[in-house]
Amino acid sequence: MFPAPPTFEDLNVWAALPVIILSLWASVLLVADRFINNKFYVAAYSLLGVGISLVIALFQAGDLFDIGESGTAFEGMFMADQFTYVVNIVALISAAIGILISYEYLERTKLDRGEYYILLMFSAAGAMLMGSSNNLSMIFISLELLSIPLYILSGIRRPQEESEESAMKYFLLGAFSSSFLVYGIALVFGAAGSLDLGEIVVVAQTISEQEATQRYLLLIGAGLITVGLGFKVAAVPFHMWTPDVYQGAPTPVTAYMSSVAKVGGFAAFLRVLVTGLPIIAEGGDAAVWVDTLQILAALTLLLGNLVAIMQYDLKRLLAYSSIAHAGYILIALAAGGVPGVGDSAAQAALVYLAAYAFTNIGAFAVVAAIEKDDSTGTTMDDIKGLAVKRPWLAGAMSVFMFSLTGIPLTAGFIGKFWVFRAAMDAGLEPLAVLGVLTSAISAFYYVRVVWNMYFETGDAVVPERQQYLTSGLVITAAGTLILGLLPFILENLVRDASLAILR
Amino acid sequence: MENVLTAVPLVVFIPLAGMLINLFFGKYFGEFGVGFIGVTASGLAFVVAALLWAGLRDNNFEAVVVNPPLFDGWISIPSANLEIPWQFRVDTLSVTMMLVVSGVGTLIHLYAVGYMHGDPRFPRFFVYLNLFLVFMMTLVTGNNILMMFVGWEGVGLCSYLLIGFWFDKSRVFPDGVSEGWKNSNAARKAMIVNRIGDFGVLLAIFLTFWTFGTLDFYKPDEQPIGGHAEEAEEHALVIASTDEVIAEEEHDLSNMGFLNQAQVLLSDGEEHQVKFGSVDLSLKAIVTLITLLMLLGAAGKSAQIPLFVWLPDAMAGPTPVSALIHAATMVTAGVYMMVRANVLFHHAEVSSFIVTVIGATTAIMAGFIAVGQWDVKKVLAYSTVSQLGFMVAAVGLGAYAAAIFHLVTHAFFKALLFLASGSIIHGMEHGHHHSHDSHHAHHEEEFDPQDMRTMGGLRRKMPITYWTYVIGTFALAGIFPFAGFWSKDEILADSFRVFWDEGELKGIFALMLLITAAGFTAFYMWRQVSLVFYGEPRHEAGEHASESSLLMTLPLMILAVLSIFGGFLNTPSDLPLLTDLFGAHKFTDWLGHSVVNAHAGEFLWWLALGALGVAVFAIFAARQLYADETTSTVRITGDPLARNPQTSQAFALANAKLLWDEMYFKYLENPFNVASRFLADRVDWQFWHDFFHHNIVYLPFDQGAKGISGNVDKVVIDKGIMMVFARGPWEIARRVRRVQTGFVRIYALTILLGTVLVMIAILFPDIRDILGI
Repeated sequence: MFPAPPTFEDLNVWAALPVIILSLWASVLLVADRFINNKFYVAAYSLLGVGISLVIALFQAGDLFDIGESGTAFEGMFMADQFTYVVNIVALISAAIGILISYEYLERTKLDRGEYYILLMFSAAGAMLMGSSNNLSMIFISLELLSIPLYILSGIRRPQEESEESAMKYFLLGAFSSSFLVYGIALVFGAAGSLDLGEIVVVAQTISEQEATQRYLLLIGAGLITVGLGFKVAAVPFHMWTPDVYQGAPTPVTAYMSSVAKVGGFAAFLRVLVTGLPIIAEGGDAAVWVDTLQILAALTLLLGNLVAIMQYDLKRLLAYSSIAHAGYILIALAAGGVPGVGDSAAQAALVYLAAYAFTNIGAFAVVAAIEKDDSTGTTMDDIKGLAVKRPWLAGAMSVFMFSLTGIPLTAGFIGKFWVFRAAMDAGLEPLAVLGVLTSAISAFYYVRVVWNMYFETGDAVVPERQQYLTSGLVITAAGTLILGLLPFILENLVRDASLAILR
Repeated sequence: MENVLTAVPLVVFIPLAGMLINLFFGKYFGEFGVGFIGVTASGLAFVVAALLWAGLRDNNFEAVVVNPPLFDGWISIPSANLEIPWQFRVDTLSVTMMLVVSGVGTLIHLYAVGYMHGDPRFPRFFVYLNLFLVFMMTLVTGNNILMMFVGWEGVGLCSYLLIGFWFDKSRVFPDGVSEGWKNSNAARKAMIVNRIGDFGVLLAIFLTFWTFGTLDFYKPDEQPIGGHAEEAEEHALVIASTDEVIAEEEHDLSNMGFLNQAQVLLSDGEEHQVKFGSVDLSLKAIVTLITLLMLLGAAGKSAQIPLFVWLPDAMAGPTPVSALIHAATMVTAGVYMMVRANVLFHHAEVSSFIVTVIGATTAIMAGFIAVGQWDVKKVLAYSTVSQLGFMVAAVGLGAYAAAIFHLVTHAFFKALLFLASGSIIHGMEHGHHHSHDSHHAHHEEEFDPQDMRTMGGLRRKMPITYWTYVIGTFALAGIFPFAGFWSKDEILADSFRVFWDEGELKGIFALMLLITAAGFTAFYMWRQVSLVFYGEPRHEAGEHASESSLLMTLPLMILAVLSIFGGFLNTPSDLPLLTDLFGAHKFTDWLGHSVVNAHAGEFLWWLALGALGVAVFAIFAARQLYADETTSTVRITGDPLARNPQTSQAFALANAKLLWDEMYFKYLENPFNVASRFLADRVDWQFWHDFFHHNIVYLPFDQGAKGISGNVDKVVIDKGIMMVFARGPWEIARRVRRVQTGFVRIYALTILLGTVLVMIAILFPDIRDILGI
């Protein structure tokens, strides 16, 4: 009557072990949290869970042990390949550092609630699932799993108006854009008759010879998915929530969110567009959406970098900076639509995301370190003379700023190098040139931060040194420098990452 | 006992440990602790060397190559097929050097504990001394020429550091230069002069690698091929007898060190070509070139003409340094290198001739200069140069064993003489202090504790120093049966053999010059003994001088014993009684296991007696000549040789050191300075800077720039383009920011507009098709 229930081996459950452990751990901790009064332990247990998951992810990525087979799992819903593993690693490292830099901040701002860490873990699981989705419905569900905890986290400082406002804006606009995504998924389903990326791509590859309606459906679907995911990664013109939300949310949340949402968003972007919808235009040899993404990338680069110049508040500055960096990854994404460049573009995006995760979380962590308990003290004036008061903090911030600018010997340079190389391979020279030029513009506002720390004098009071936050800073700064000095680490990690199913 | 051979890295690492301990903790130990560690490190190295000697004897004298733990891959460039491991070579030659370096080194370390007593930088001195041992051991144990060069440079560094050890002495000389400056200048001179020699060694290394494809003397699993010339010929005959063997031998060349390769290739009677790009050169020519470049290196390190000028100045260093580095060990590195490469020298007749000429000339030239010196250490310094000339000449004559034999005995008696001179200086300084303490109102006169003119009468004050000094003098002068007699005689006998048996010009040339040099040696040494020890004290310091402590006299006594008996290491055959007692040329046999071209020298009765007669006569002459001087009780002003009109000019020349430094200054340094001044002032400044840059580059540019900046820049760029480019981003940013109102409805609207944009963009190709644009 019923087919035999599939076994664990059929489902290839172990391939998804990191995300399974993380989700289960978070669920158990959610219950246990009721009985743990000292929230330090919740944070510690969360960190432990993330750590275990990270170790397994590293094993999988490094081919040290066979934990599950590479390939699809859960009857085609889940894809476990090197791309998945790298996304897992970046998301988990972001989560671990996010927990590290949160604890003291939450404590001193009287926010130490256990669910904070649990929500953080859930959203990390969402980001990981986005990277491993092989099915459009999976993409949507994991997007929501990523987003909803972030909505809550933005508003976790509840009585405070800015926090509430940011959560509300994020939620409303997020729901609005999710609807575009769902609509896009529906249209693609209508055209291809399947939600499975492997089956969609077959239709997409042969679509040009078939009738126009199906083609339009696919194209419009792809466009709408681009809108929905573009919102997540803060691409212009779907970026307007970013400064407000980033500024209003508690700083550690912003730090975590800016990294993990981009990781998840771009992972899904790469999965859907490069794997599922490499639609070839008639007569052209690049996917149709390449031009669209080029436009988005150009807009994002220009707007993010230009508006950042005007910013006075560091959190807002970093918000625009994160918009700008979305632009650089969009370059890689656009390059991914050119046949033959797909893999190297995906690898470039992963490298950039890894470099960016360390650098950006670190930069926000410095802001968290200097922020006062009433969430003020994050302006350009407050860091004046920081180099005298807190030389190590200022040194770390300088490293992050140089990395964000893309100065050699930092991770940021390596990321930009990969992205521009992918763009050149794909023949998108104008975009690469624009990327270099906007990098030069970005030096203006990044170096101004360094200038203010080292060459101005100020009398702003900086909070005491915070132990766990400092350890997070050490990790991020060290990561930024190590990835910059030893680029082969990333290169070895992403070398086997590949997206294209059809050659 | 063969297993003990693998302990050879310890001869490097024990001194290294001693050096590191003293470097980091020396300041907490006090003089005793520092000295103890320094002496122990050196002494343990000697023990290891002695064990190696025993182990080698049990191993049938077969050479062994040892990889140090953890350090086996030193330089490895697979793509260039370049593999240079740090390997230690234990063979009879290297063990001989190890024994000398660590044995004499230990005695000198011990002496230095007494000599450096009270010096504010006592620990640093021992750090440098142990570091010197590290590098010297690296030099003599390296199994490839590059490792040898590492040691070579390292000992040069230590020499530099130790010559300038007293770089801060404040005493000001009459010519207005401080002693510290002179010391550091001497150090610089040593460094710079040695650069020239090192350049030669480097080129020799490059050429060797290019020619033979390896830098190893011998590969780990091979023994030196052949031996004496006849054996090598036999070997070549064997090779030539069957084609099969030839093929095999040629095949084997790739697994041979360069010395064996040279031995095989040069003795098979065929012409071999070496490719240099498009040019082919014969292997013989290349080997000649390599050996000449090695000679350049040896001339620098072993103080031969024309690069010897640094060694006399190097006496600015503390006396133990002069004894260890600038007499007994480091300066013999050049001789060691040439003996190590004896295969090459053996086959390079032209080079050997030049080596002989250089060595013999250096020997007589330095011996002559030594006669005219007043500084007790300068006499010994020139004597060292002279004796190194003997060794180099011996290499040129093919008497490799004799060269090393003389190296060993010279290490004994020259170390003895230097240490004894240090004891004299110490005694004089002590006496000077003493006399100062007793006469408070004494006027502050310039006192030089090394000036022999102010000495005299020290025989009674410092008996041990006196007796050991006389023994050293006899050994150096070549008086039977002291050590120097045997080693010097072997060189002389070999030069006669080369002349008589092989009919080579260099033999008689070397014989004449070396015998004369031996005469000079005996003369200046006894002149020194007379002036320093005999007669009455000519200065208060001498009256109050006292014998040095046991710490300093004990090494003197040990070295004196070695100077007496050291020569019996290599007693010639056919001597009644002595041969029976000590065996016939044992040292040569021992050395022959690693120095393939070593051969035992004949003993020529008439030559030995003649040389002895020359030495005795010279001593007698010196005794007569300086008898009057020793009776003086005030500082003597001139030398009897200078007063005699027949010899006064010669003495003046010797006293002026044959004007080498002045000549270098006049003919090398001065033209160089003039040329560089010309280049700097005229060419660079006046032509290039003033004329070319100013008139041709700067002025037109300036005028052009003024025109551009005045009209174009101020109006067009500043007012126009700058507004667009500089104010532009700012303006855009300001305006775009206004959209950021904070209202969600505006944001949502933007998303909607963005969606439309995306739709248009993604459908653009199709829209274009539909519209037919």
